[in-house]
Formats: sequence, C-alpha cells, structure tokens
Amino acid sequence: MSGTFLGMPAFPRNAEKALLNSQLRFNLRNATHTIRARRAAVVDELPDWERLRAAGKAIKDDALRNLDRYLVQAEEAVTRAGGHVHWAADAAEAGRLVADLVRATGETEVVKVKSMATQEIGLNEILRDAGIVAAETDLAELIVQLGDDLPSHILVPAIHRNRAEIREIFRERMADWGRPAPPDLTDDPAALAEAARRHLRERFLTAEVGISGANFLIAETGTLVVLESEGNGRMCLTLPRTLISVVGIEKVLPTWRDLEVFLQLLPRSSTGERMNPYTSTWTGAAEGQEFHLILLDNGRTNALADEIGRQALRCIRCSACLNVCPVYERVGGHAYGSVYPGPIGAILTPLLRGTATDLDASLPYASSLCGACYDVCPVAIDIPEVLVHLRAKGPHPPAERLGMKAVGWTLNRPARLRLAQRAASRLRRLVPRRRLPGPGAAWTDTRDVPAVPEESFRAWWRRTEGREGGAR
Amino acid sequence: MSSRERILARVRAAVAGAPPVRVERDHRTAGHGPGDAGLFAERVRDYRAAVHVVPADQVADAVARALAERGARRVVVPDGLPEEWLPAGLERLRDDPPLGAAALDAADGVITGCAVAIAETGTIVLDTGPGQGRRALTLVPDYHLCVVPAARIVPAVPDAVARLDPSRPLTWISGPSATSDIELNRVEGVHGPRTLDVVVAAG
Repeated sequence: MSGTFLGMPAFPRNAEKALLNSQLRFNLRNATHTIRARRAAVVDELPDWERLRAAGKAIKDDALRNLDRYLVQAEEAVTRAGGHVHWAADAAEAGRLVADLVRATGETEVVKVKSMATQEIGLNEILRDAGIVAAETDLAELIVQLGDDLPSHILVPAIHRNRAEIREIFRERMADWGRPAPPDLTDDPAALAEAARRHLRERFLTAEVGISGANFLIAETGTLVVLESEGNGRMCLTLPRTLISVVGIEKVLPTWRDLEVFLQLLPRSSTGERMNPYTSTWTGAAEGQEFHLILLDNGRTNALADEIGRQALRCIRCSACLNVCPVYERVGGHAYGSVYPGPIGAILTPLLRGTATDLDASLPYASSLCGACYDVCPVAIDIPEVLVHLRAKGPHPPAERLGMKAVGWTLNRPARLRLAQRAASRLRRLVPRRRLPGPGAAWTDTRDVPAVPEESFRAWWRRTEGREGGAR
Repeated sequence: MSSRERILARVRAAVAGAPPVRVERDHRTAGHGPGDAGLFAERVRDYRAAVHVVPADQVADAVARALAERGARRVVVPDGLPEEWLPAGLERLRDDPPLGAAALDAADGVITGCAVAIAETGTIVLDTGPGQGRRALTLVPDYHLCVVPAARIVPAVPDAVARLDPSRPLTWISGPSATSDIELNRVEGVHGPRTLDVVVAAG
C-alpha cells in the first residue's frame, strides 16, 4: 500500500485480488456480522424508528434544497460567535487553506480527529509536503497510519486487520512516530488500546493545533457537532489553542432541534450503541480557542446537480450499508479504491468525482442490487435506485448496446420471443459453458454462462396447462 | 469570483426548480415528563460504568465510598459544585487559576455535576455550567465521578436537545472512553477517562 487511492484499477480487478485473501474475508465476516446484530438490537428498541428515519430523510432533503441559504446562515452564526469561515472549492484549495493556517501558528505538528472529509482531500499528504506532520489519533486511523496502509471502512478503518496484525504493526512502527510499543505487548485488545493511549498521551497534552471534521453543522446557531468513542476527539477539539475543522457543505442541518433526530439515528446505525461514548458540540471560538471552519465543496455540487443522485448527500457516514453488503463483506473496502467504500461509496464516489477513470466508471456495478443497504440506511438513501441510474448514465460498449437493442426487439412481440426461445433450445449444445466468444467474453469474465433449458417455461406451460410436475 | 461565490452559485444552479420539502416530526418529541432514574441507572451500567442510586442527603457518603474504592485522593473540584456533595477531608484541586494539562494529568480524578441526563440512552450532558468546569477537566484525569440529581433526568434525546443551550460548549458522555476498533471488541478506556462513576441523587 502506498497511502493513496490514486490510480487504483477498476473494481473487478481489485475485487478479484481481494477475494483470494482468506484472512481478509475472515476478518471482515467476523466484524460485519458482529456489528450487524448489535445494530439490529438497538434499532428494534425504538418504537418510532421508521418515523425518525422519515424525519431524518426530510430534514436532510430540506437542508440540501435550501443549501445556499443555510450555508450563509451558518457562516454568519459562526462568525458572530468569534470563529472564522473559509470556503474551498476543491481538495487543493482546502489543503492550501489548512496548511496556511497551521503555518501562521508557527507549529509543524498537528493532531487529527478521524474525519472522512480530510481523508477525501488527502490532507495528510498535502500537509506533509508543506513540512507539517499530521498525527492521526483515532485508534483505527493510527493503525492505518503506522501500517502505511489505507482505510477500508468508514467507521472502523482498520476493520481488515486482526489483533495479531495490529500487534505487529505497533511493535514495528510505533517507535518511528514517538513512544515505542512496550516490549511485552500482547495481542489482547485491552493491551493494544493501552499501548495506543500511552503512545498518544504526550502528543495530546502538548499539541497546539487540532484538525477535525464534523458530523453536523447547525445553520441556525453555527454549532459544530462531533460524535466519537475514544476521547481522542475531545482531546483534539479541546486542548489545542487553534482548531481547524474541514466540513463538507452537505453536513448542514437547518436547526438545533434537528439533532433530536440525528443523535438517535447515527449512533444506533453506526456502532450499534444507544449512544456513542462522547459527543462534543461547540459554537464559534469556545473557551478562548481560535477557531477556523473550512466549508468544502470538492464535487458535492456535482452530486447535488444530479436529481436522482443528490440523495447520496443525505449520507451521515454511519456505515450501516457496508456492514450488511454481501459484496463489501467479501471484497473489503480497498477494492472500491476510494475513502468511501461499500454501497454508499459505489454511488458517492462517482457522483463526487465523475466517471472519467475506469475505477469510477466501474463502481456503480460493484453491487448485487439486493437492496439490503437501502433497508438499513437511517436517512433512506435508495442506493439501488442510484446505482441503476448511474449505470444507465455511464458509457456502454457498442456490442452491449447492440445486444440490448436486439433483446428489446425480441421481447417486444410474443411471437418473436417464442421463435427465439425455440431456436435457443435447438442450438443449446452449441453454447459454450465457460466463456462466450467475441464481445460476450467480457460478460463471462466474472460469470458462468447460464445453461439453456431444453424447453422454455412458456412451452412447458402450454404442454402441461400449468399442472405441477407436467402432464399426468 | 471567490470560492464562496462560486460554490453558492453552483448550489443555486443545482437545485433550481426542485420542489420544497415538508418535514414531518411525528416521532416521539420533547415534553414527556420527568425521566425514569431507575432506567437511567440501568442504561449507564450497560456501558460498564458504576452507578450508585442514593437519597439526596447521602450523596457525600456515596462520593466518599466511590473515591476510596478507586483510590482517588487528589481530586479536581470545579467551582460551583454543591458543598454538601463533598466528603470532609477531601484533597481538592481548584481550577482557578486554570490547571495546566500536566497538572490535570497528575490528578487522581474529577467530580462534577451535570446539566441534563438522558434515561433512555444513559447519557450525561455537561454544559460547562456551575459545578462542571471547562471541558478539559472531565477529559484529562483518568477518573470521572458525576453526581446526577434525579430532577435533571429527562426521558429521551429530544427532551435533552430542547433543554440545552447550543451557545455553550456541550459534552455528552455515555459511559467511559471506549473503542471497538480491534475486531469490533469493545474495550473501555482509551484516551478519555477510563473509569466513570455516577451517583444518582434520588428524589
């Protein structure tokens, strides 16, 4: 791994490789099934879950519909409360803004709270090139950073690693970044967590600059909200003198009251807890801190302009869709080649980035369209609908278009279908079992050729008048 | 054109002509009377925190017992914490002038009250008001003892959101610091306080 998703090949190639890794499949199966069961239990506890889900969807849709107004309102509120607001059209601009703000403090080290937005813009690499060391402080992000690895899950980026692998990473790499791992470190999760605590403690207590994202930004009050578990978030948000938050423009919620919905939907959907251990909220410059908010577009307005695709911007990054996805469970997050893996990544990534690369064009196909992701989504994003929409929008090879046209022509008249089926039955022995010739070869790369039956269903029905088991 | 203007123009163009959205709030909303102290205690215990429910006049005894059990002697006490909650002979650290991070790290623990507590989720919320102190006080020391008067307990999340003031920095706490990053096993105690004790002052 090289620490960047750039230049990743298309999904089928990544998936093929991942499927050969039985350790990965074992780790993933274990983890996703654990969290799935936990989520289901705490969701069932709430009598009004479906009504909360409907409210969450509507609040987000309203926020997106009036995003211009809410963004300006949030900007005014944050400024009024002593914060500074900056706007970044793309990753490079956001990175430049952060680097300049850090430089202005005279510091060369920052502590970071896990944040998808900063992952998305490759902030750590931008800062490194500017001579600034960005230390990840979430345990899973630390594992990824020390292992020179890539995140593979939205909530638990190191889900592809088991405890034995984590122990090795800590023993080999912690010393390069600060306090080394204890020599007698075991692979007990509590011991590993303790090693991370000691490793990061002095860094927290001396850090002068913290960098975060946010789960929500309240337009009405200018309040930022971060949900987390470990307390590393509180450390980064509270102790440094300067706090810089990089927040996607779709994170806006219209009113303070809207949190009554999202503080129920998010923890239950993501970690399967009634509530996450820590939630911090702050408005502007809290407790004498210097506070900078960077509002990030980076493709979000592209997604917003897609009438069917814009619902992906409702996403609150809970990752419930990853944990129920049969495709994700088998190939893992790296195969999606972006910081947003799984079903939501399969739609969000091409909506944000476009479909110019092979990888991005292949993502809408990284799904079986089973619909489990839609069922668990706390803001009711119809992921299968968007997948089909993006597939239809994408480029199709001439052979496929011609084939589909022929199929359409045949299906359009019962007589034509009958003729075609009869012909197929007669010629069935000529159909190859494994690989179709010519342009069909691409289709059979990842599938077996279905066996052509001796008799079509319609012919069977006519012969037997639909009696079970045929004529008697 | 500035990035601000460019982004806002792109947003406006993207949603031009989209229909308005109606937001229905037919979920359970705020205003369902007081929260159930028993349910609150049970839900806090689910996070593997220790909970002691005592009559209001026995809070100091419960605090003394909890501190003794954790071996906590030098304890940070934020200004405004009710004196009757504190046992006699406590070695108190005051946050005035503000304690440095190293001093907080060296303390055995911190005692606070809270702004609101939520029964359904077992959550306590601090808003830096009297008896709670600034956010670092309940973060850096490894042990947090929180006294929750029963009158501060509300039934569910919407009641808490309705009661809280967003202009204050808020910290919502549900059990001790925890991580699930290693094979999704929950491990208590990473960067925040490893131990959370809650004393509920009933009635």
